[in-house]
Amino acid sequence: MSVVFFAIAAILVISGGIGVVAARNIVYAALSLLVAMVGTAGVFLIGLAEFLALVQLLIYGGAVVIVILFSLMLTRIQDFEFLKANRQWPIALIVAMSLLGLLGIPILIEDSTTTTMGSTNISELGLSLFSDWAIPFELASLVLLIALIGAVVVVRRDNGEDK
Amino acid sequence: MELIYFQLLAAILFCIGIYGVLARRSAVLILMSIELMLNAVNINLIGYAAFSSFGSAHRNLGQVLVIFIITIAAAELALAMAIILRLYRNKNNVNVDELDILKG
Repeated sequence: MSVVFFAIAAILVISGGIGVVAARNIVYAALSLLVAMVGTAGVFLIGLAEFLALVQLLIYGGAVVIVILFSLMLTRIQDFEFLKANRQWPIALIVAMSLLGLLGIPILIEDSTTTTMGSTNISELGLSLFSDWAIPFELASLVLLIALIGAVVVVRRDNGEDK
Repeated sequence: MELIYFQLLAAILFCIGIYGVLARRSAVLILMSIELMLNAVNINLIGYAAFSSFGSAHRNLGQVLVIFIITIAAAELALAMAIILRLYRNKNNVNVDELDILKG
């Protein structure tokens, strides 16, 4: 039964991804990204990571897609419509396909020693995040803070520089 | 469910992202393709975390790593969007093949 749900989520992810790289209108591409993120959250649910599925929906579906749409609104959107791929798209297609072969063939010929699926509950996850991974966790918050301050500094319109 | 489904889905999504990074011209679309590739990595990690033969004490390492990847991806996106907005304001253009001011 979970294979059926996984297939639905995988179809969402792949169609959303193809929509991102193939859409002519950039707003449609952003909405396809949202579809792909929701599908990824479904895959996380099937992979028994309920907390990360919620985080995925909140961060990507909520924050990331909204940030992209907002920045499209702040820049003039009609400049972005009807965008084409650049001239090297056949080479890009060849590179992507050969990489898919390079990744897919070892996956397919590998004799997967499948073990049973096991879930980890949220309290275990939080405990290990705040004990074993406490220093990387604090560093990640520092990285977020620096990135946000940096973003504000970069977009700020300072006097004398702009004409 | 088997691990191979997760691996194949991650490989396909990663290759779609690679194609997007190489073939699109707009910097915003390249950024979205990078987000797709990060998601492929996350799917792979979740798959391995669910099927890992570790004991229960180490089963959550994969999910912890996914949390860090999501954090860093959010920081990267905020900074990249700021740079794109700045670029648009200064150059009126976000097509990466026309922005060759670093070419010397």
